Amino acid sequence: MSAPTPLKRTDPIPWVKLALWPLLLAPALRLAWLMYLAQTGQDQNALGADPIAYLTHHTGDWAAYCLGASLAMTPLRRLSGWPQWIRLRRLLGLFAFFYASLHLSVYAALDLGFDLSHLWADIVKRPYITVGFSAWLLLVPLAITSTRGMMRRLGRRWGQLHRLVYVIGVLVVLHYAWLVKADLTWPIVFGVVLTILLALRVWPAARRRTGAAGHFERPFIEAVQIEKEGFAHPLFGWCRHGRRRG
Amino acid sequence: MLIRRAPLIPSSEITPERVYRQRRELLGLLGLGTVGLLAGCGSADTEAPAAKAAPTQPLGPYDTAEARTSFEQASTYNNYYEFGTDKEDPAKYAKNFKPRPWTVEVSGLAENTGMFELDDLVKPAPREERVYRMRCVEAWSMVIPWMGVPLAKVIEALKPTPAARYVAFETLYDPARMPGQSRAVLDWPYREALRMDEAMNPLPLLVTGMYGRDLPNANGAPLRLVVPWKYGFKGIKGIVAIRFLEDEPLTTWKSLAPDEYGFYANVNPTVDHPRWSQASERRLAEGTSLFNSRIPTLPFNGYAEQVAHLYQGMDPKVLY
Repeated sequence: MSAPTPLKRTDPIPWVKLALWPLLLAPALRLAWLMYLAQTGQDQNALGADPIAYLTHHTGDWAAYCLGASLAMTPLRRLSGWPQWIRLRRLLGLFAFFYASLHLSVYAALDLGFDLSHLWADIVKRPYITVGFSAWLLLVPLAITSTRGMMRRLGRRWGQLHRLVYVIGVLVVLHYAWLVKADLTWPIVFGVVLTILLALRVWPAARRRTGAAGHFERPFIEAVQIEKEGFAHPLFGWCRHGRRRG
Repeated sequence: MLIRRAPLIPSSEITPERVYRQRRELLGLLGLGTVGLLAGCGSADTEAPAAKAAPTQPLGPYDTAEARTSFEQASTYNNYYEFGTDKEDPAKYAKNFKPRPWTVEVSGLAENTGMFELDDLVKPAPREERVYRMRCVEAWSMVIPWMGVPLAKVIEALKPTPAARYVAFETLYDPARMPGQSRAVLDWPYREALRMDEAMNPLPLLVTGMYGRDLPNANGAPLRLVVPWKYGFKGIKGIVAIRFLEDEPLTTWKSLAPDEYGFYANVNPTVDHPRWSQASERRLAEGTSLFNSRIPTLPFNGYAEQVAHLYQGMDPKVLY
């Protein structure tokens, strides 16, 4: 991606992003390298005994990690009192979409060998695939509308649309829980993390509704929630909302 | 000073990979030949290790000639919840398991009951190799050369009474040696069973080895069951008890989820697992590429000729 252009010398976010890129790409590159080793026979066991399961599980895990991380940014911002976390959210969300797409591709292309009728039968008949595929499908509009221009165009509705991410989180946990045979440990861990992340949002939202958060806070929070880089000034969002409402 | 460069090797001289991969078998053949020549000079046990590692016997009537799973794949990837629920766990956590000494308790409706040393239990027939397909209920499969004795021969020697209609097996329960048992993922100890006529079929094998070696701990050492027309979970590992019973016992996976795992658990492409399809499987074997590993699943895992008659007149819907 393009080199970061720090807005100010004191703004660390572009540098955090620059560091996140290789970190988040590394798992995919590693898998590609292992695939190469296995396919060329240099190391038959590079991807373990069941290469497709290995690729499926690792891409799925990373999609979930990135999704969880993107969901963690809003609570982090609130808990740390540092609003800039929110600017990492798009990158994390797009990486979640990237790994979810790889996950689906491994399943459709490698596991099912592009047998689209088999894929469709699975989507319709197998609940864990139904919810997994739905989660990916719901990520598509979020990825498409993740650009600055789309945010501006959608305005208030952008925030409403992107609340779909909560639905996606629940679908992902269901997807995981439904496919294991007996040991639910990891699906439960994912579920608990998701519940905490959601609770951290619902609770302040409920407080706001009861008026505990004060009159000024609400538009401020909403503005920051939809704010992205370049829209760093919360007042801008606030003003915009004010205009729309007016 | 003249520096000579090594002449380039013409590509025609390079051993094709396929041949290169057969080198152990070739060595094995040589080894067997040598053993044959020297047979008069020493004990027959001084078989060359290479020959042990790569069995070269001609295929028997029950053996499949399909591409085999590598020893590494088969010994590092399987389900053995006694050592953890990940398929890599058994190889990791069974490493220090001591499979000897080992006794098996035989009880129930039979004349020869009591505690048996493992070697005495499997004495009734010589150990033989069987190359079987292994189909996991999770829709992956392997081709494994097992070493063992036909279950039928062992049962004959135990002399079950006519009242015995089922034979049940139990895995060791010892959380100190089997760390996975410290969590109640399954209702320990693991239990499996066969109907007596199934058990007396020539296919089921009481296995003590694979790939010409002793059975790895991860694969159920020192004694496990292999029933090739049934899903892998019927192949109980680490067997410490054999019981002859009149009534069908409750088996472990059936007790956990009776709608997902039946007593018979015959490989059946027409009866899907409630959560996934059983119509096809991912074959994990040498030479399988990432792009062609899925193959159709066969009724009775391809052993219909040998076992379909056992289930005549039964509703195929109960045979999952």
